[in-house]
Formats: sequence, structure tokens, C-alpha cells
Amino acid sequence: MTQEKNTYSAAGEVGSVLEKRTFWARAKIELSKSPWTARFGLLVIFIYAVLAIFAPIFAPYGEAEVFPEPYAAWSSEHIFGTDQIGRDIFSRMIYGARNTVGIAVATTLLAFLIGGALGLAAAINRSYIDQLLSRAVDVLMAIPSLIFALVLLSIFGSTVTNLIIIIAVLDSTRVFRLTRAVAVNVVVMDYVEAAQLRGEGLGWIMRKEILPNIMPPLIAEFGLRFCFVFLTIAALSFLGVGIQPPTADWGSMVRDNASLIMFAQYDLKAGLTPLLPAAAIALLTVAINFVVDWFLHKTSGIRDEQ
Amino acid sequence: MSSKNQKADPLIQINNLKIEGFSDEQWHPIIKGVNLTLKRGQVMGLIGESGAGKSTLGLAAMGYTQPGCRITDGEIIFDGTDLAQLNDSAKQQYWGNRMTYVAQSAAASFNPAHRLIDQTTASAIRFKIKNESDAKKDAKRLYEALNLPNPESIGDRYPHQVSGGQLQRVMTAMAMSPRPDLIVFDEPTTALDVTTQVEVLTAMKSIVEEFNTAAIYITHDLAVVAQMADVIKVLRYGNEIEEAETRKMLTAPEQDYTKSLWSVRSLEKKPAKVQEPILEIQNIDAAYGKFKVLHDVNISVPRGSTVAVVGESGSGKSTTARVITGLLPQLAGEIKFDGQILPKRLEDRTKEQKRIIQMIYQMADTAMNPRQTVREIIGRPLEFYLNLKGREKEKRILELLDMIELDDQFIDRLPSELSGGQKQRICIARALAANPKFIICDEVTSALDQIVQEGILKLLMRLQKELNLTYLFITHDISTVRAISDEVVVMNLGEVVEQGLKADVFSPPHPDYTELLLSSVPEMDPDWLKNLNERRNS
Repeated sequence: MTQEKNTYSAAGEVGSVLEKRTFWARAKIELSKSPWTARFGLLVIFIYAVLAIFAPIFAPYGEAEVFPEPYAAWSSEHIFGTDQIGRDIFSRMIYGARNTVGIAVATTLLAFLIGGALGLAAAINRSYIDQLLSRAVDVLMAIPSLIFALVLLSIFGSTVTNLIIIIAVLDSTRVFRLTRAVAVNVVVMDYVEAAQLRGEGLGWIMRKEILPNIMPPLIAEFGLRFCFVFLTIAALSFLGVGIQPPTADWGSMVRDNASLIMFAQYDLKAGLTPLLPAAAIALLTVAINFVVDWFLHKTSGIRDEQ
Repeated sequence: MSSKNQKADPLIQINNLKIEGFSDEQWHPIIKGVNLTLKRGQVMGLIGESGAGKSTLGLAAMGYTQPGCRITDGEIIFDGTDLAQLNDSAKQQYWGNRMTYVAQSAAASFNPAHRLIDQTTASAIRFKIKNESDAKKDAKRLYEALNLPNPESIGDRYPHQVSGGQLQRVMTAMAMSPRPDLIVFDEPTTALDVTTQVEVLTAMKSIVEEFNTAAIYITHDLAVVAQMADVIKVLRYGNEIEEAETRKMLTAPEQDYTKSLWSVRSLEKKPAKVQEPILEIQNIDAAYGKFKVLHDVNISVPRGSTVAVVGESGSGKSTTARVITGLLPQLAGEIKFDGQILPKRLEDRTKEQKRIIQMIYQMADTAMNPRQTVREIIGRPLEFYLNLKGREKEKRILELLDMIELDDQFIDRLPSELSGGQKQRICIARALAANPKFIICDEVTSALDQIVQEGILKLLMRLQKELNLTYLFITHDISTVRAISDEVVVMNLGEVVEQGLKADVFSPPHPDYTELLLSSVPEMDPDWLKNLNERRNS
């Protein structure tokens, strides 16, 4: 056997031995090669996250603190003025990051938990469970989701919990479809069959064999889905059935101050006020899409033209 | 060959060609200064292991490099023009016109949305070599010359409506349609069954001779290249090892590496003592849906021996393996293992019954989870079947790595960081980790180079002796069967044609099908194909 070892040179067969790198070292290398759009996106997301987490520290006033003067102009005291009942708009925007973004993250996570788990189960099972779930998803997707959400919120009442659950369930249909589609390609691999032959349970096969191999498209979808959830919440708040006052959120802030836009011809700053939360929404959406684009490009395996 | 009107000036002259490829953030040399000269009407065989650069060189002869590769030095002079200096649009005047290409996988190379005849004639019409009706007439003539059935109407079919061997011949017709000066064949028969391979080789050889076309034939199968080529060039790691006229190369290779390539086929196992059967398959019928694939299959596997199951694709070899493992419950018949009847369905078998039968797959790439390290891949069966944990598990993993002749530096690697042979070794280790009695090897060496194949086969034989393992070895490669088996089962169309000791099956008289299968296996004799066709036609 030792003689065998001498004639067989493993290193010779593979050519050069690959260098081992830790996760952080790899992340650093990737980041140094990333386009400016991705870095910009990451920076914006980072700033939003810090603001959301440490909102009470950054905000000069409380979320629902009312000052005597409504519709105050921009000043050193109130950077972006006050709203219709005299609350500081700058402080509410910072708290709004916490509420809107926080609820959007929770909703997206729940949507992925539901859609991902059911999608995997459908992909592995491929029999009546698959049929049942897929047709149910088709039915849900046939109804325009914003209108469906409006109806459901009117029935169950717009509490934060209801909001999260209803939007998560409606959005999980798309996650289900994606997960099922990508998992079906992995399920037919020999290593999944090898695990079945070994006698592994459904949970193990889902978690260890399939999930790690479908992560890249799921992470990309997570970014996009987050944007849509975020916009849905803002839209619902704008329509008055989303996050309820006095909780600050960007969607309802746009609605509350929408009429100010007509004063732009007298005072440009007043006209800009309702656009500020809208801009905050737009900026985050763009930033996330930049990062997702970069990530998709990285994982798609397309080589840049040399 | 000597009757050809060979002109003195070479059609292609490659001088000191260097090509680099981009991977892992840097450029690596793939071709390290190779010269090549090809005259009109001459066929050159390029052979070597994977990674030798034979495909890269073959494509470079057309002035083409794959994405991520670049030509750094040297010249490619085709009929007086240096292709290395031309830009892509200038080279496109040559591609599909004066030089054409036949790819390995015909099924993946055809556009499924167009009829075969339109694809066959496309480049000849595009370069205005012929008008449409002449090109179609010519295509039908080529189909006839290539021995395709119904040459008048086969062109009206779509790619999925013909078989793999037929598609490969249509692709040869496509390459021949503009009457090129040069055809590059890139492993055109590797994906085909031996009996089909004979037909395709015969057709390709005759048509290349008829039109006096120069050809570069890339393959890793020495016996095939011996039939096709006038000269053979051996490559390794991007360097030329040697080049010689075919007969001289086969009988008297000069370099050690070439000799070692030649000697791979001489591996042979001494027959083991016949013991009582460990596995008995009795009167098995099996079906996919309503389509019946196995008819009354009986196979008995003696303990400690290797039984090879041979047959072409569609013969039911792999289905038999699926029935034994319980993935496909049989409709009728029973499977006895060590005297006990195994439950039909995988779900009904005990952990112990699952443990003692293990399986090794053809494609090691897809048989291992690309996100798991070697430690996880080998460690899981240890944990799952034998409840080994922590240090004990680690120790056993290292023992197993040692058994498959890999050292402990491989333990943290991902499958993508291993070569083809190493991947297959890890799959063997995973099977061994369960301490099985019986291993099903499903075409385990057919995706590997010959030298690597030899290493794997030797390893399997050594493990068999040390651990008293029993193998059911599924393969379509007769030389592998000669190398490792004690008994042979020949299958065709879901039925067992014959089973017996290797010596008995391989010596006449044969049933008709065994005769066809055995005679179709190429031999290292340049006249083999000619003689075979003469014999068959008489």
C-alpha cells in the first residue's frame, strides 16, 4: 500500500493546491473588487440599519412629541419643520426607519419561512402535496395582492401583527414558486438520492442537502422581496390601513403632509417636506437593488470580459 | 492512405503556440509552446488525459479560443494566413466555411427548434457555397454516405426525434456540408454505446477519405484514435510528448508516458474462488410508470467476488441497481441478501439493511454535495450508522482517507477543489464508511481518464481483498470488465442475455447479442475497423 502511495501523487493530479481563505478574508477580497454601485448600496443599507437600531439616540425629539406650532417651517430647531399636529418631521423620519424597515424585515423573513419550507417540501415530495400547494398558490396569486391585502386588513383590523402576517402570507406565494423551481433541480442530483439511500429524514435532506445549494437565488430574492414588502407597507400606510398613528412611518408621513406640495410655489422647502419620506423609501430600494444586482452577478458565474 | 493526392505544403502549420486560461484570479498556461503540422487530407489524432490541452489545441487550430482563454505567443498559419493575428470577424469568414467542428455532445449542440436539414445546410447557404436546393440535395447525399436511415426524409425531423448516434452523424454531415478543408472532431463518439460507435466511426472515416478532408481527431480513447488517425500526437500538461505515424506509435512508442498510456488496458484480475451467493435476484420485473424496463431478471452474486453487468444504454443495468437499493420497488420477484428477503421499498428496510448495501455513482461531481467538505461527506455515514462522534469520528475519517490513498490535507476541501479521480475516491470512502458488505458501482470509472481509471480500479480490487467486499459493477466498457470482474452478466433490453464466469462469457460460442457487443469493442489495431466491417458485410 505504501508503494501505491508513491506511484499515486494526489497533488500532481490536481495540479496546484488551492489556498484556504476564511470567510472574512474572502469577503474583503470580493468587496475590494465590487463596483461602486454595490459599495454605495451597502453604505446606504448600513446607515439605515444604524439609524433604525439607535433611533432614540439620533432623533432630537420623541416619536410622538407634539410642539405648539403645526406646519412649522424648516429651522435650526426643527430641521425639516413640523407636521400637521406639530410633531418634528426629522425625528419621525428616523423613527420611521425603525418601524417601516423593521416591519418589512419581519414580514420578509416570515414570508421566506412559509414559502421556503413549503416550496422545499413540494419539490421533494412531487406528488399530491406539490399539486395541492401549487394550486393553492395559483389561486392566491390570481387575486391582485394590494386589493386582497386591503380586504383582509379591513376584515381583521390593521394591527402590526395582522399586517405582518397578511403581507407575509401573500408574498410567500412568490417565494414558494421560486424555492420550488430551484429546488426541483437540486432534488434530482445523485447526492440527494445518496442521502435518501442512507435513510436520512425529510428535514435533514431539506436543511443540509438542498438548502445550501439554493441559497444564492434565495438571498437575491430576499433583497427584491424586501423592497416589494417595504413598498406594499408604505402603500398600505398611505391608504390608511397600514401602520397606525401615532407610530411614525414613511408611507403615512407622505400622506399626512401631501397637501404641502401645493405650497411649493411659495416656499420650496415646504413643498419638499412630503417628498422627504418618499425619497428615503426610494433611496433604500435603489440601494438594495444595487447590492442584489452585484450579488446576482457574482453568483451567476458569468465571467467579465477580459 | 498513400493513394491520396497530398500536396507538399501543409494546410495548417502551428508554431510554438502558447495559450493561457484565466481562473482563480490569475492566468495559467494551458498550451506551453506546441508545434503542429497537418497536410491536406491527413487525419491527426490528439490524445492525452483531461487537462492535457487537447481540446484547446484542437480549437486553436481553427484560430478559436474558448472564453477566458487567450493566445499569448506563436502563430497558426492556415493556408498561408496567420489566424492568431486576425480579429473575430475576419476569422468568421473561415469558421463554418473552410473549417468546421464536430462537438462531443450532439444532443446539446443542435438547436431543438429547427429541422435537422436546415441546420445541416445553414453554413453552406450562408457562405453562398451552394444555393438552398443544391445544399439540401447534397445534405441528403451526405446522409446516405453516412449510412443514416431514410436519408431522403430524416432531415425533416427535429433533433429530439433521432437517436444519439444518428445525431452525431448528422453533425458530421453538417460539418461536411460546406466541403471544408479542415474538420475538428472533439471526442465525437465518447458519449455513444460501443455498437453505435462502430457505425459512427465507419461513417466518419469513409466520408473524410472520400472528400480528402484534413481532420484533427481529439479523444482519450486510444483504440478509437488508432482507427481514425494517420498520425498521433500525445499531449500532457500542455506539452507535446511525442508524435509519430499511427502504426509506429502503437507498436513502438518512445516516451515512458506514452508507454504507460498503452499499458492501462492490460490490467486483469485473477478469478476468485467461487463462494456461496450473498445476493440473489430472482425473477425481477420492474417498470417506470406503465413502461416495463426489466423482464424476469435473475442475477446471483457470489460473496467476495465482482460481478460485472454489461450492456448498452437502455439495457436495464442501472434500473437493476435501483431495484436492489429499493429506490424502485419491483413489480414481481424477490431479492435475497444473505438468505433474507429484502423488503421492496426503501422505506420498509431497516437501517442495518440500508447500511450493508452501499452505492457509488458514475458522476462523482453530482454524487457529492458541493457545499459539504470531505469531512462532512465521509463523516455523515459514520455518525448516522455507527454513532461515532468527536475524536473517534475524526480518527475513522483519517483512516478512511488513508485507505483510499489520500492524505489528511484533503479533509477540509470542498468537492470543487478535488480532481475527478480524487472525487471518485472520496465517494468510495463514503461508501466504505458504512462498513458495507456489498457495493454497487454504477459506471464508476466511465467519466475518468484511463490512467486515473486504472488507479481507481486497482484501489477497488485492493479494498475487496482487504475487506472481503462484494461488488456489483455496472459498466458499458468491456476492457473494464476484463480488468476487474469474476463473473459477467450481459443485459439487453431489460433481459439477462447470459451470466457466467468471465472466461466462459468471453470465449465463444456467444449468443448473438454478446457477439455483437464484444466485437464492437475497438482494439488497438489500426486495421480493426476495416476488418470488422469486412467480416460483418460478408
